[in-house]
Amino acid sequence: MESANFPLFTIILMTLNIQKIRADFPILNREVKPGVQLVYLDSTATSQKPLAVIDAMDSYYRNSNANIHRGVHTLAEEATKLYEDAREKIAKFINAPSARQIIYTRNTTESINLIAYTWARANLKAGDLVILTEMEHHSNLVPWHILQAERGIELEFIPVTDNGLLDLDVYKTLLSRSPRLVSFTHMSNVLGTINPAREMIVMAHAVGAITILDAAQSIPHLKVDVQNLGADFVAFSAHKMCGPTGIGALYGRLELLEAMPPFLGGGDMIKEVKLRSFRTNSLPYKFEAGTPAIAEAIGFGAAVDYLNSIGMDNIAEHEHEITEYALERLEEIPGLKLFGPSADKKGGVAAFTLEGIHPHDVAQILDKDGIAVRAGHHCAQPLHEKFGIPATSRASFYLYSTKNEVDMLIQGIYKVKELFA
Amino acid sequence: MDDLYREVIIEHYKNPAYRGKLDPHDITFADNNPLCGDHIQIDLRVGDNNIVTDARFDGHGCAISQASADLLIESIIGKPLDEVKKLNKQDVLDLLGIDLGPVRLKCALLSLKVLKAGVYGLGEASDDLVE
Ligand SMILES: Cc1ncc(COP(=O)(O)O)c(C=O)c1O
Repeated sequence: MESANFPLFTIILMTLNIQKIRADFPILNREVKPGVQLVYLDSTATSQKPLAVIDAMDSYYRNSNANIHRGVHTLAEEATKLYEDAREKIAKFINAPSARQIIYTRNTTESINLIAYTWARANLKAGDLVILTEMEHHSNLVPWHILQAERGIELEFIPVTDNGLLDLDVYKTLLSRSPRLVSFTHMSNVLGTINPAREMIVMAHAVGAITILDAAQSIPHLKVDVQNLGADFVAFSAHKMCGPTGIGALYGRLELLEAMPPFLGGGDMIKEVKLRSFRTNSLPYKFEAGTPAIAEAIGFGAAVDYLNSIGMDNIAEHEHEITEYALERLEEIPGLKLFGPSADKKGGVAAFTLEGIHPHDVAQILDKDGIAVRAGHHCAQPLHEKFGIPATSRASFYLYSTKNEVDMLIQGIYKVKELFA
Repeated sequence: MDDLYREVIIEHYKNPAYRGKLDPHDITFADNNPLCGDHIQIDLRVGDNNIVTDARFDGHGCAISQASADLLIESIIGKPLDEVKKLNKQDVLDLLGIDLGPVRLKCALLSLKVLKAGVYGLGEASDDLVE
């Protein structure tokens, strides 16, 4: 009896929570124009921020603002503690063995570039093979294009199948060519595909390759345990997980981070400087030159606290429910084509095209009703080329998204079709 | 429902009068909008006294970019090249009869950029051409 009642109970609990969750995000209350409520379906580009994050940053500037490290006065100590506490929170959040393995960067893009400029330049030479995938964001393509031009490394790509999955058979074949590095996205920002990261990393390690996981879209939405995944490097951005812009992180395995040359040179990353030489600081400071984004790091920590307070499993479950519903409703619309796998293999992203109507026009007309979706190639131009389209419209969901918002999206799309009929 | 999608824009998008290519032509130029992949090619025939005797556009993109191309081509046929060179942002907005934010402005001005790069014989279409 009890177990039969349990699911119903959780559903009620969850719907109650969503209203409470929405109240945590002040922006969700705003009207885009008089009488038109915001329907924010663009969290894949950047998430909205809960009051807890805004307040943490505000409080830092009001009460504790000082430069970190070295200072001995009260404010400097407070600021340093807040900054380092946030690092501890982030480390725990992804189950990193220690906070020393969390390098603050500006975002996922900088995290990947950091590896390309340090580890890769120290370890890769002409002819070395790097495996990427066809579903990568430009931030996991262009750094390797640059290195290819500079070093003559070779690039190969795991193809994307018609239903939006990575072709692991081809991956196996590519691995037989002894790649030095495999770098891929955990979750596609267009197709929503959640790639089998653990399996892919195990396969890469079996041939001695180093792995980079672009977790920009996974860490905000799923429980990610870097030790369980076994990844060598993991890159992510605060702004996609309820945190501020201007801060992200790179997780790395200790031996790798210790052996890597520094990235940018300057203050904070040194132990000692002479006129003609320097010694690098210990981890994580070795990779953090100059005054960092202190308020943003503190906001990042507050975002992690916030996500923990809701529970990543609850968030994933809620998003799954919304996504399943959204895909079902979108599929009913004549002339609408969805990209990516079925709901059980993807996160909260729905990219689509409407026959005869350009995605820009779709997004612009939806905006009239306050519905925010993104249109374009979403920084994944090669993926769009693969599917033979210049652009898609993309609706994406997060912990604060509701079925009612999905319904408004569907209504909006019918309006678009009418206008162009 | 909204000014941006006035009937005339939808009409020019769905049934453009000047879509196509001219072979032979005296001037041709093409460019993309890197933000959204919109693509426009413009072919011109120029007669005596440097008058545009015929013109066509081809490409793909949103309603704003394609409708503005059609309206622009319509407006330049029969005009001297010197006048075409002087066209600016406001002229295109007047043709469309709408106001646009910064993102969609790029869509609307792509055809003018391509046209001016072509008539000036430039290697590359720059944003300065449509200020
Ligand atoms: C999968 C993926 N990788 C990388 C990025 C880049 O993130 P950022 O712009 O924060 O560096 C994004 C952001 O859109 C993304 O979705």
